[in-house]
Amino acid sequence: MKASTVRRVGGRLASLFASLLIALSLAFLLGRLSGDPTATILGPLAPPEQREALRHQLGLDLPVLVQYLDYLKGVFTGDLGQSLQFYQSNTSMIADRLPFTLQLVGAGMALALLVGIPLGVLAATREGTWWDRGASTLALLGQSVPVFWFGMMLVVLFAVKLGWLPAGQSGSPKHLILPALTMSVYPMAHIARLTRASMSDALAEPYIDSARARGISTRRVIWRHAFTNAMMPILTIVVLQTGILLSGAVAVEYVYSWPGLGQLALQAIQFRDFPLVQAIVVFGALVFVVLNLLVDVLHSIVDPRVR
Amino acid sequence: MSQLELDPVTAAPPPPRRAGRRARTSVFWLALPLAVTAVAVFVLPLTGLLPERGQDLAATRQPPAFLAGGSWAHPLGTDKLGQDLLTQFVSAGRLTIVIGLVGALVAIGPGTLLGLLAGYFRGWVDRVISILIDAQLALPFILVALAIIANRGSSLPVLFLVLALTGWAVCARVTRAATMAIRERQFVIGLRAAGASEPRIVFRHILPNLAGTIVALGTLQVGTAILVESALSFLGLGVVPPMNSWGSMLASGQDELSQAWWIAFFPGLAITALVLLVNLLGDALLTHHDPRKRRR
Amino acid sequence: MSEVVETGVPGDLARHPRTPASDTPVLEVDDLVVEHRDGGTGAVFRAVDQVSLRIAAGESVAVVGESGSGKTTLAMAATGLGPRGQGDVRLLGHSLSAISRTRLRRLRPEVQVVFQDPHGSLDPRQSVRSGLRELRALQPERTSWIGDADLLGRVRLAADLLDRYPHQLSGGQAQRVCIARALLMRPRLIVADEPTSGLDVSVQADVLALLRQIRTTTGAALLMISHDLAVVRSLCDVVHVMYRGRVVEAGPCDRVFGAPENDYTRELLAAMPGARWRSRR
Repeated sequence: MKASTVRRVGGRLASLFASLLIALSLAFLLGRLSGDPTATILGPLAPPEQREALRHQLGLDLPVLVQYLDYLKGVFTGDLGQSLQFYQSNTSMIADRLPFTLQLVGAGMALALLVGIPLGVLAATREGTWWDRGASTLALLGQSVPVFWFGMMLVVLFAVKLGWLPAGQSGSPKHLILPALTMSVYPMAHIARLTRASMSDALAEPYIDSARARGISTRRVIWRHAFTNAMMPILTIVVLQTGILLSGAVAVEYVYSWPGLGQLALQAIQFRDFPLVQAIVVFGALVFVVLNLLVDVLHSIVDPRVR
Repeated sequence: MSQLELDPVTAAPPPPRRAGRRARTSVFWLALPLAVTAVAVFVLPLTGLLPERGQDLAATRQPPAFLAGGSWAHPLGTDKLGQDLLTQFVSAGRLTIVIGLVGALVAIGPGTLLGLLAGYFRGWVDRVISILIDAQLALPFILVALAIIANRGSSLPVLFLVLALTGWAVCARVTRAATMAIRERQFVIGLRAAGASEPRIVFRHILPNLAGTIVALGTLQVGTAILVESALSFLGLGVVPPMNSWGSMLASGQDELSQAWWIAFFPGLAITALVLLVNLLGDALLTHHDPRKRRR
Repeated sequence: MSEVVETGVPGDLARHPRTPASDTPVLEVDDLVVEHRDGGTGAVFRAVDQVSLRIAAGESVAVVGESGSGKTTLAMAATGLGPRGQGDVRLLGHSLSAISRTRLRRLRPEVQVVFQDPHGSLDPRQSVRSGLRELRALQPERTSWIGDADLLGRVRLAADLLDRYPHQLSGGQAQRVCIARALLMRPRLIVADEPTSGLDVSVQADVLALLRQIRTTTGAALLMISHDLAVVRSLCDVVHVMYRGRVVEAGPCDRVFGAPENDYTRELLAAMPGARWRSRR
C-alpha cells in the first residue's frame, strides 16, 4: 500500500472513530441526565437504604468518570448493560429483536430497489416528458407522506375493508407484506430521486454520445454504460438508508405491532428504562459507523482511483 | 424523516430573464395554496362558521358529510366523544404549521451559522464542526429524539429542541459546501485586497449570496419538521392533549381505524399535501438558485 | 519596447494623483516555494518551486507559461492573497512573514487584482454603484480623489452603468468595472491575471489599451500573468517564463523573445499564438 493510501484510510478511520466517540458520549449523557433510576425502579416511596443498596448494585455511586470508562469498555466488549425493566442483558435483547427488524428492513429495501431504480431510470431517460414529471412527483410524494399514516391506510384498506391481509403481528410471509410495503415507501422515493439525478448526469457525459455514435443500442447504453456509472451514489444511499431504517423503524413497527427493535425502543422509553434506551442508541451508532466503513470499501472497489 | 441530499450549490448570478420568470411563476403557484392554507387555519376559527367545540355523546364517530350517515353539521364527521373533527382539524393545522415554521427556523439558524464558519475558515474550525456534523448524523436520530423526550417530557420547547438537534447537521453540511464554493470566487479575493475584514466578507457578501440556498433549505426543512412532529406526536411523544396537531390527531385515530378510519384519514392527507407542496416549493427554489440544475 | 513610466502622457499626469516615486521595490520574492496537498490522496504537489522575482516601482513584469505552470499560485502567494508558502516575500519593503494582520490589511489596497473572469470578480448581488460605495467605506481616504461617474469615465464606461448588476454587464464592461475598482484604490501594484483571455477577441484589444494607458497615467507597477505572448510583449518590460513551477528564463522582453536561451522558451514561442510576431521582427 502506498503511503498516501494509508494516510487517507487512516484519516477516514480517525474521523469515523471521533464521531463514534462523540455519539457514544452523547448517549451516555442522555442516560445520566435522566435523573435517579432507582426512583423509577423502586417507586418514589421506597426507603432510602433500599435505594442506596440498589445504587451501589448498579454502580451509580461511583465517580461519573469511572462510570463513563466502564461504559466505554462495555461498548467495545459487547456488553451494553442491564435493562431495568426486563432484568436481562441489553445485548441479548437487542440480538433477539434484531432478526425481526432485519426481515422488515430487508424486504422493504428489496422492494424499494425493485421499484425505485426503474422509476428513476425511466424519469432520467425520458427527461422533461410527462413520464419524467409523473415519476418525479410520485417520488416526491413518497418523501412527503408520513409513512406510518400510509401504513394505517393500508391496514384500513387491505385488512379492515377487504380482509385480504393481516393487520398486525408477525409470523407468516403474509404478515410481512403490509409492513414491508410501508417500510419501502421512503427509501423507494429516495432511491428513485437519486437514480434520476445520477442517471441524468451520467447520460450527459460525452462518452455516452460516443457510445451511441459507435452504434451501441440505446438499451445497452443506458444499462451498461450510464447505469454502471450512476450506481455508486445509489449504492451509498442504500447502505446508509439501511442503517437509518434499522434503528428508525419505530413508527412502522408500532403501527403493525411488529416485534422488532423499534418496538423495543418504544417500550424502553415508555417504562423509562434508560439503560435499554442508551443501549439501542449505541447499537444504532455502531451500525452506522460500520455501514459507513462499508461504503468506503465499496467506493474503493467500484472506483479504482480512490484506492 | 427526510434526508436532504443536496449538491453543493454554487452562487450564481440571477438567471436569464426567461428562465427566471418561469421559475418565479412555478414558485408563485406553489406558494399560493400554502399561503391560502395558512390564512385559512388562522382566520376560520374567528369567523364563527365552524361547528361548536364541545362533546356530543349522541353523535359519536359520525362519518364525514359525503359518506352515508354523515351530515353537514359535521362536515368531516366526529370522534369517539362526538367532537367535531373539522374544528379540531383547523386548530390542529394551526399548530402544525407553527411547528413546521419554528422547527425549520431553529434548525437552519445554528446550522447555517456553523456551516458558514466551517466552510469559510476551514482549518481546525472546519475540523471540529465537521466531526460534530458526522457525530450528529451517526446517531439514529429518531431514537435520540425519543430519548430526549423520554427524559424531559413532552412539551413544545422540548419538541423544538429535538427539531433543532435533528435538523441542524444537514443544514450545516449543505451551507458548508456552498460556502466553500463561494469563498473560492474571485470577488472574495478582490474584497480582501480592498482591505475588507473577514466578518465583513462572510456576513455582507457570502451570506447574501447563500440566501437563495438557505431559503430553499429552510423550506425543505419545514417539510421535515412537520413529518418529524407528526411521527413523534403519533407515538404520543410530541404534541400531547390538550394541544392538538395533525400528528396527534393521527394518534387518536390509530385506535379507531376499524370503526372510524376518517379520523386518521384527513389529517394524514393534509400532512401529505402540505409537505408535498412545501417540498415542491423547496425544489423549485433550489433549482432557481442552482445554475447547473436550471440548465437541465 | 515600452518606455519607463515617468515619460507617460503629460496631460494625464496633471490630473491623476500619481503614486509617489520610491526606491523601494514594490515586490520582492526570494526563493518562494508553494505546495498544495491533495485532500483526498495526501499527495504533495509543488506548484511554485524556488521562484525569485523583483518588481521595481512603476515597472511592468510578466509571468508567462502554460496553464498549470504555477503562475496564478505565484501571484496569489506573492501578494499575500492566497496560500503563503515558504520563502521571503516583501511587499513594499514589508516582509509578509513578519507583518501583523492589521498592518497587512492596511497594506492590501496597495495591491489590486484584475482576474480572468470579470463576472466572477464582482459580487453578483451588488450593483456597480453599491460595490464602489463599499470600497469607499473601506478606504475613505484612498478613494476620495474621484467621483463614481468620473471613475467610470476613466475606463470609458458611461455613468448609467452604475446601477446595473454584474449579470447585466457584458464581459468587456464587467472587466472595465473591475479595472475601475482597482484604479479607485490608487494601488502601487496591479496584478492582472489573464485579464483578456475571458473576453471576446474584439474587446481584448480595448482592455489592453486601457491597461497600457493606466500604467502610463498612474505610475503603478504591473504584474501581468498570461499565456499570450503578444499581450505580454505589448505591455511589459520584463518577462519570467515559468514551467512546472520553476522560472526557466527571465529577462527583458526584447531579449527573451528575440533571443531565447532556454529550450522551453523557444518551444513556447514556436507553439503560442504570439509566434507570428517573432517572424515579424
